[in-house]
Amino acid sequence: MQALYAQLLVGLINGSFYALLSLGLAVIFGMLNIINFAHGALYMMGAFVAYFLLQYSGLNYWWALILAPVIVGLFGILLERTMLKWLTGLDHLYGLLLTFGIALIVQGVFQNYFGSSGLPYAIPDLLKGGVNLGFMYLPIYRGWVVVFSLVVCLATWYLIEKTQLGAYLRAATENPTLVRAFGINVPLMITLTYGLGVGLAALAGVLSAPINQVRPLMGADLIIVVFAVVVIGGMGSIMGSIITGFALGVIEGLTKYFYPEASNTVVFVLMVLVLLVKPQGLTGRAA
Amino acid sequence: MRLAKQELQIDGTQQMTTLTTSSTGNSNPNALMRDEMWAFLIMTVLLALVPVSGIYPFFVMQALCFALFACAFNLLIGYGGLLSFGHAMFLGTAGYVTAHALKVWGVSPEIGIVLGVAASAALGVVTGLIAIRRQGIYFSMITLALSQLLYFIYLQVPFTHGEDGIQGVPQGMLFGIFDLSKPITLYYVVLVVFLLGFLLIYRTINSPFGEVLKSIRENEPRAISLGYKADQYKLMAFILSASLVGLAGAVKVFVAQNASLTDVHWTMSGEVVLIALVGGLGTVFGPVIGAFIIIAMQQYLASFGQWVLVIQGVIFVACVLTFRRGVIGEIGHYFRRSL
Repeated sequence: MQALYAQLLVGLINGSFYALLSLGLAVIFGMLNIINFAHGALYMMGAFVAYFLLQYSGLNYWWALILAPVIVGLFGILLERTMLKWLTGLDHLYGLLLTFGIALIVQGVFQNYFGSSGLPYAIPDLLKGGVNLGFMYLPIYRGWVVVFSLVVCLATWYLIEKTQLGAYLRAATENPTLVRAFGINVPLMITLTYGLGVGLAALAGVLSAPINQVRPLMGADLIIVVFAVVVIGGMGSIMGSIITGFALGVIEGLTKYFYPEASNTVVFVLMVLVLLVKPQGLTGRAA
Repeated sequence: MRLAKQELQIDGTQQMTTLTTSSTGNSNPNALMRDEMWAFLIMTVLLALVPVSGIYPFFVMQALCFALFACAFNLLIGYGGLLSFGHAMFLGTAGYVTAHALKVWGVSPEIGIVLGVAASAALGVVTGLIAIRRQGIYFSMITLALSQLLYFIYLQVPFTHGEDGIQGVPQGMLFGIFDLSKPITLYYVVLVVFLLGFLLIYRTINSPFGEVLKSIRENEPRAISLGYKADQYKLMAFILSASLVGLAGAVKVFVAQNASLTDVHWTMSGEVVLIALVGGLGTVFGPVIGAFIIIAMQQYLASFGQWVLVIQGVIFVACVLTFRRGVIGEIGHYFRRSL
């Protein structure tokens, strides 16, 4: 039973990364009409920025948690301003191709300087150790990742669904021209949205640094799984992305316990099943 | 057609409107056909002369395999508007099946190729049925996810020999007459296969089937309302593309004498997109030129190691931002012809 709970926890952690990443993809897709293939590379950058901060300026994990998303978010804003914005009005597919190119560049550069092996990142002192819950031993850091991700996801949901700014955002997703006519600076909103989505990816990267080590290719395979998550959940609803992300993480964790050979593939198999039964995705609008 | 395009951009429901650049519209079909005939003849003569020119034939054979791969990929994106980001799965599957059949079962080359193509075609039926259930960007993500699924399967099943791949595949005697271990013979066999595949694709895009496919790309709802079963056409195109990629993958086994995980990995799927993009999406000769450019680049830059990926990324970005028509597309645009 211990092993089962441990795998469930791993599943929840992976699920929180899926949720944070697919959330960002959905928000970006809503505003920019771009599937951000560079999302995995930016997630990796988040982890690397945390590593650099600790290594070269002595700023610890808590600083990284704030600074890495901001730094990577600014990098994202730079990408949007210099490249992505030129794609407005073109077919969606060009956005995919452009961000794929960006992902290759970012990953390639990091691979050149850091090889393919992982760099260690220590768990912060405050979150070291674990507690015995009676039925299982819970490493505090892992519990923290799940709770913190959940809080961030819900905060993002609240921001988009319940605030004035979110209302502008949703309106601009539906009809940018009309929202612009009301005097709202839509291009600025688009830029900030991309920054926000990218920041979420970087945050996931920082969270994963002490668990998964910091590797240049840590985001490359992850992004493909997240694509499958997005296909399953659809990109129409924020809450849908969060729930699908966590649920698929848990299912993957259970698979690791009951049938480890399929743990790599279970998300893809589920995607196939969902497509056969409900082609438009579980929560999404048809697209 | 022009009118239909504008309508679509206004209501914004269609996703495939601005993708292709091939239809310049004002050249008359006969002149176009004549241009393409000449271009094909020149290409054939140049390629036939390679062995006497002193160019390293291995490089050209490799480029020809990738050219066929890219032409088959281009059939989907350029004429069906479907961007598959998982085409490596067909290349790799055919490669594994052909290599396994040749090495373990000891079949003759022609049977090996047939088995490889059949495997890719079967995979094309299954994955096509799943992938065409969604359009646009989702189609790309689904094909990518499916190929990743295949990748993990090939990583685990024993017959692929995991990271090592199937190595030292015997080349054998094609039809019992042609000795494929001789580079010259192998070269002409690869060339003939490539030309046949190329002509089949050319015939397809200029057939009534191809016209319907293009109309679905331009405006799917309208094509459906005219009574065409869009999904069936897309599935047929997908299977045809998968089979031809399988042909490229099977022939590639004779050139490289191995089959490995590289051919199933997503980087390979990205590479074929890059080849078609550089040459010109939706152009007949673009993927061929693109294949030679990219494969040559990889040869010359091999010493730069990981930088090759970075350079490929830069080319991607540059092409999308400034050079969306690709080499052939730009030439065609300059001369107001579509090649």
